Amino acid sequence: MKPIQSSNDFVIKFANVNGSGSASANELFARAIMRMGVPIAPRNIFPSNIQGMPTWYEMRVSAAGWLGRRGGCDLMVAMNPQTWDRDIAEIEPGGYLFYDSTKSQPRSRFREDITVLGIPLTEICNREYTDPRQRQLFKNIMYVGALTALLDMDFAVVEKLIADQYRGKDKLIGANVNALKLGYDHARANLSCPIGLRVERSHGVGDQIFINGNDACGLGAVYGGATVTGWYPITPSTSIIEAFGSYCRKYRTDPDNGMARYAIVQAEDELASIGMVIGAAWNGARAFTATSGPGISLMQEFFGLAYFAEVPVVVFNVQRGGPSTGMPTRTQQSDLIACAYASHGDTKHVLLFPEDPYECFTLGAQAFDLADRLQTPVFVLLDLDIGMNDRLCQPFAWDDQRRYDRGKVMSAEQLEAGKNFGRYLDVDGDGIPWRTIPGTHPTKGAFFSRGTTRNAYAKYSEAGTDYVYNMERLRHKFETAKTLVPAPVLKPASQPTRYGAIYYGSTSPAMAEASALLEAQDVHVDTLRVRGFPFADEVIDFVNDHDFVFIVEQNESGQLRMLLINEGEVDPKRLIRVLHYDGTPITARFISGRIADTLSTHKVTPIRKQVAS
Amino acid sequence: MTYLAKPKLLRTDAPKNTLGYTRRDYEGAISTLCAGCGHDSISAAIVQACFDLDIEPHRVAKLSGIGCSSKTPDYFLGASHGFNTTHGRMPSVLTGAALANRDLTYMGISGDGDSASIGIGQFAHAMRRGVNMTYIVENNGVYGLTKGQFSATADKGSKNKRGVVNSDTPIDLVALALQLGASYVARSFSGDKEQLIPLIKGALRHRGPAFIDVISPCVTFNNHPGSTKSYDYVREHNDAVNRLDFILPRDQINATYPAGSLRRIVQHDGSILHLRKLATDYDPSDRVGAMNHLQERHALGEIVTGLLYVDSSAEDLHRHLNTVEKPLNQLGDAYLCPGSKALDALNASLR
Ligand SMILES: Cc1ncc(C[n+]2csc(CCOP(=O)(O)OP(=O)(O)O)c2C)c(N)n1
Ligand code: SF4
Ligand SMILES: [Mg+2]
Repeated sequence: MKPIQSSNDFVIKFANVNGSGSASANELFARAIMRMGVPIAPRNIFPSNIQGMPTWYEMRVSAAGWLGRRGGCDLMVAMNPQTWDRDIAEIEPGGYLFYDSTKSQPRSRFREDITVLGIPLTEICNREYTDPRQRQLFKNIMYVGALTALLDMDFAVVEKLIADQYRGKDKLIGANVNALKLGYDHARANLSCPIGLRVERSHGVGDQIFINGNDACGLGAVYGGATVTGWYPITPSTSIIEAFGSYCRKYRTDPDNGMARYAIVQAEDELASIGMVIGAAWNGARAFTATSGPGISLMQEFFGLAYFAEVPVVVFNVQRGGPSTGMPTRTQQSDLIACAYASHGDTKHVLLFPEDPYECFTLGAQAFDLADRLQTPVFVLLDLDIGMNDRLCQPFAWDDQRRYDRGKVMSAEQLEAGKNFGRYLDVDGDGIPWRTIPGTHPTKGAFFSRGTTRNAYAKYSEAGTDYVYNMERLRHKFETAKTLVPAPVLKPASQPTRYGAIYYGSTSPAMAEASALLEAQDVHVDTLRVRGFPFADEVIDFVNDHDFVFIVEQNESGQLRMLLINEGEVDPKRLIRVLHYDGTPITARFISGRIADTLSTHKVTPIRKQVAS
Repeated sequence: MTYLAKPKLLRTDAPKNTLGYTRRDYEGAISTLCAGCGHDSISAAIVQACFDLDIEPHRVAKLSGIGCSSKTPDYFLGASHGFNTTHGRMPSVLTGAALANRDLTYMGISGDGDSASIGIGQFAHAMRRGVNMTYIVENNGVYGLTKGQFSATADKGSKNKRGVVNSDTPIDLVALALQLGASYVARSFSGDKEQLIPLIKGALRHRGPAFIDVISPCVTFNNHPGSTKSYDYVREHNDAVNRLDFILPRDQINATYPAGSLRRIVQHDGSILHLRKLATDYDPSDRVGAMNHLQERHALGEIVTGLLYVDSSAEDLHRHLNTVEKPLNQLGDAYLCPGSKALDALNASLR
């Protein structure tokens, strides 16, 4: 078996033990490759546990800039004896295994068709260090050093990264660089360096930044003007609030007196967190919460209240699998239905689908404008894959001319001037009423918020006609919402085609790569990335303009497909499911394989000729 | 019929407060509760307290849960914004509202079902967080709105209208509030406005979580001889520890009481609580003593009323969070958005 030869295009996977300090070493390695200008896409695969369980850090190196998960593994860094067998099995034929050779292993524990690279890391560490903690930490740095040699990377780049990381703590720099060098030198002296996989300097990274989606959401909330958050810890959303907190401390601390221009309250549960957010938003502050599926379930009653009382709240939902014991550390897009129609009594909500950290920031900030403009809850639906993994994306941008759109808030002056105020009255013909903030005017504009037992002037009413007026206005408001949510992104195939594919959120990089794979096989599919719900007209038009449309999703029931059928009244037979839901991020191989298979085996015949326009 | 606006009787001789408002300016829509319902008396006491304190109605936000009691904010302070939220969850909504604007006065109105049954979690956490609010539970020992089921404050052994005996141990919200850190804790009776009005005033001027449990008989479902929340029972078993006089800084103090029976407490804003002691051994600044007294009297079947505990130096949630003096809902873009320069620097650190 010939060893794999590849420059700047391979997958390396680190098998570690949770809590062993490997995460920072792996990240150091990732950043080193990035500093050499080569795009990478790392992903943490971790258990719902703090210490002692297996974790993996899977990193795709891709000169072409494909950031989706590729699948397979060309080089396994097997540092966890517990998972040895499955880690070895996962290596591609012709791939490489790097391991700690301190303890000798019987031949039967290896494979014939891979290249085995052993370094006695533990032995070297035990010789060099006495402190057990140091032995563990420097063992990690040492394998980074060895990999630097094996992959022919620039030692100076890694050295500089360490210096940057520990700036001001010179002792640590020396010790880390020393460990790095130990590994590097040992590999050069004892193994044939470089191996078939290499990292060569390139310009693929450009000015992109490297950040995870949750941090970007927290930053988006700061830029979006949020001042109040109530929240309850839940993986994988917690770090949104942590990020919001640290960006607030940085950007929102009053320079004169050190006081906070924000309020963060850890609530007793998700009912209380959304309750606080609704209270703050009702009272005129921009407010949000971040949660995941189980929290969304608990918030249901309140979503209905916010919908009908028309309170502008923002909810970040970092999606994961199943109920509380349902794969909390795995990714999915399985809360679309739970959010789109959350609560009881004919509710419908605005959803946004960011594709990466850049959009987590921009759509995260925009969510607050949309919520205020539409006076309704807005859900930003991301998932663990983009939320908790660092990802390369375009740098954040902000237009300083931009002003927050606070929507239709009636001022004391407008009230004083005698403007007609009916809290639930459609005066502008867009379904969106005017609101007043408590405390605005001594005698005008006060109202009593409640569910739906009221008329357009917020006076108590159980009259059917008032109820119907309200529901029709809300429906009309949702028509308005279609024109305000971010537009879908169309990527036409290189040739006219009857086939389309619709996708959203974290599926984006895998879909882009799948399109390229399909084009290479002469299969042409137009693609449309949906970024918001309710669907803009273009989305339904796209479906209507193609004979068959693949709906690519990371859930079991085809939830976006259901929404399309329900909202767009399109023929279900023309919407073909491409569903990936094992908890790992979807891959280009999976998508292109499914689409190509369907097209060849199923031999789809057009059930309808395209109408020429 | 609350959709009818209340007739504005133009009585020119109606007394006005220093803001020039009459009592009528503090009223709301016409109540739809049963005639004789204790809750209406509490609304009237709130109207009187706000009128007397010269509170600007529009600077009050009134929030409630769900129940007959929670409907009442519609029936007072018609010029205030109100929010009838969800069952048992008003405390969180009020907390959020209070975070958004620290300058308004927050009034939370709830029932015993709303606060002690479905909402006991939120009740507890709002108290321990130190939210600056006046929280009133209109306690009738039943679910009025859903027609007479026992609530969590119904006494063990008390009978409902159909003769069913409650076998569950009751929750005493006053005891809970004391334990959880409320800094102003009182109990009163809807039929005793002389006691209730000053207690509400003291609560409105208090900084921090002020809690008043008001026994408020439900004439329709819980005012029969077997009920410990009936008018007769409360009148017979009321054990008031003190009588409160509330005095604004500008008011002249002209009442004179025998020395030793009077206790004077100055609150943050300079308002003064004069407590005429009824129980000689009672000290309202002693949290543990208050809890003991409550339990002892409870064992005797008595209902302790009055101002049970006050900590006039308490701090509130905003102090804990160190939020800026200016209400968060009034901070403009320039105070909130770090702008493009900061973002460029951040981008640079992410490469
Ligand atoms: C989630 C939910 N469950 C049940 C109800 C029905 N419900 C309405 S009021 C009420 C009880 C109210 O009791 P209480 O708070 O004591 O108020 P009262 O009517 O006695 O003043 C119940 C159970 C509801 N509105 N919401
Ligand atoms: S049912 Fe009871 S609590 Fe409700 S309004 Fe009537 S008397 Fe009051
Ligand atoms: Mg009740």
